[in-house]
Amino acid sequence: MSDLLRSYLTIAIFSGAAIFMAGMMLGIARVLRPRHPNREKLIAYESGVDPVGGEWVQSQVRYYIFAVLFVLFDVEAVFLFPWAVRLETYGGFGLVEMIVFIGILALGLAYAWRKGVLRWS
Amino acid sequence: MIPVLGQVFTAPSIDWWALAPQLILLGAALLILVVSALLAERCPAWFSGVVALVAGAGVFVSGFYLWYDIRDSGPRSIVSGALSLDGFAVLFTLLVAVAVVMTVLVADAYLEREHMDSPEFHALLLLAATGAIVMASASDLIVLFLGLESLSIGLYVMAAMQFRREEAQEAAMKYFILGAFSSAFFLYGIAMVYGSTGSTGLAHARDYLNRLDTAIVDQPWMLMLGFALLLVGLAFKVAAVPFHFWAPDVYQGSPAPVSGFMASAAKAAGFAAMLRIFFVAFGQSRTDWSPVLGVLAVVTLVVGVVMAIIQTDLKRMIAFSSIAHAGYILVGVQAGTSEGTAAALFYLFSYSLMVLGTFAVISLVQWQDGQPLDRFEGLADRRPLIGFALTVFLLGQAGVPLTSGFIAKFLVIKAAVDERTWWLAIAAMVISAAGAYIYLRVIFAIWRRPGAVDEEGGEPVAAPVVPPASGFAILGAMAFTLVVGFVPQFLIEFARDAVPVLLG
Repeated sequence: MSDLLRSYLTIAIFSGAAIFMAGMMLGIARVLRPRHPNREKLIAYESGVDPVGGEWVQSQVRYYIFAVLFVLFDVEAVFLFPWAVRLETYGGFGLVEMIVFIGILALGLAYAWRKGVLRWS
Repeated sequence: MIPVLGQVFTAPSIDWWALAPQLILLGAALLILVVSALLAERCPAWFSGVVALVAGAGVFVSGFYLWYDIRDSGPRSIVSGALSLDGFAVLFTLLVAVAVVMTVLVADAYLEREHMDSPEFHALLLLAATGAIVMASASDLIVLFLGLESLSIGLYVMAAMQFRREEAQEAAMKYFILGAFSSAFFLYGIAMVYGSTGSTGLAHARDYLNRLDTAIVDQPWMLMLGFALLLVGLAFKVAAVPFHFWAPDVYQGSPAPVSGFMASAAKAAGFAAMLRIFFVAFGQSRTDWSPVLGVLAVVTLVVGVVMAIIQTDLKRMIAFSSIAHAGYILVGVQAGTSEGTAAALFYLFSYSLMVLGTFAVISLVQWQDGQPLDRFEGLADRRPLIGFALTVFLLGQAGVPLTSGFIAKFLVIKAAVDERTWWLAIAAMVISAAGAYIYLRVIFAIWRRPGAVDEEGGEPVAAPVVPPASGFAILGAMAFTLVVGFVPQFLIEFARDAVPVLLG
């Protein structure tokens, strides 16, 4: 077996272990638990109240824009946290780089704001 | 130097002047977006166009500056080996700059006429151009992918700019879905090359292959699979058969200036990446990839020409002809020699100007209902100069002597002959002769006296208004095509000087 394939062996072992663990726990529970289904128990769980309407609903297209803006800030946070932890090692170069990065993102937000994306009406 | 997680962090030294083309384009795009959004109504309509034009010209000038800089102090690797600054990259920078300037000039009146003038068009154009330049100068596969995506995402949106037209929606959707697929192929190819050579850096991959004299790698099948997947990704971008299915619909559905940009800058960026990956990095394995490219070239030529002959819509016809031209360029690329690469560069430069000019003329005549060939009847009679320019572009694409297209075809076929791939050279020549019919058909149509009368108004068709900016762009492209046809030497030298390609 080549080195490359051997390094995938870890993944194979972990996948096997994960499948075994999950399967074992669910399997034991299935054997031991009592089983008395009724109509109340079988309906979909929706925060404890009876479900309303079907599952095939259309969602507002406006949510899409919020999703995009969310991704914007999410990506920013992904870069910002590790950077903040190690800021002193990156020194002035790191600081300027991050200011430029946040500056460009802020321009994007300013653009979205001026285009009225943030207004809900 | 301070240890970071056990490693030493040193800020990469960045040669900012060498990044000038990318920075100008990026800065101008951000400026357009922010100023137009903040000022809203008070922002003058000409603002974004002028900024884009100045940025394009600035990139052109900085490209020249870098060209002489490289000649004096030699090519070098910049940004810690992520990008290469060499003649090859600068040639494509200049090509992209020309495409940006031409597109802005042609789009000016077009956008106003089609009620789609928005600063976003210019911002996206500049961002796409940034991606194209990054692609041409990348010496790392991941950086190359970054450029590919910047270019593609800009183009997806630009294809959909006329979102009220159904064809535009169809074009953008097809382009987006197929483009996303091809990006996935390309990315998987990067993974395979990384798996077999141990690096995404092209220089590292080349050194690794060169060290093994016999080119036997641990997993040769993995490297081969990597080549194949990278080739699929790039063949999609340059619209080579059998990965061309998006091209006719997208060229037809997109605004004409955008189609011109796709056929010139986007195609050139794809070929730049292809040359850098296959000719430079994997030149050692030439016997593995060259026959594949040869077959791809012949299939592309045959399908492109045959399909172009049966089209009745001019934009669609030029789209198929653009597929056929990708085939000719592949003939130069597959040679795998410096001559072949120089021929491909010459071809890309001269073809880009011809196709930009062709789409510029089409944009004068295009209306909502498409651009069937009979709309162009009598064009030369009413606008002799524009008709003459279109004739020059079409003759050039047909490869008639005294145009740049002839020299370009001659050079790529010569490269194939020098490498003793006779079958390919003969196929390219035969198809070239057959392909002339496509262009002659259009030329006959535009020089015919207009007998056709518009159904509704009774007005004779094809007397388009020629805005000064478009006219200037068309005449510039025509002059280039003719001058290179008469005295090709300077462009040949330029392409030859650009060939010794550096890897970071």
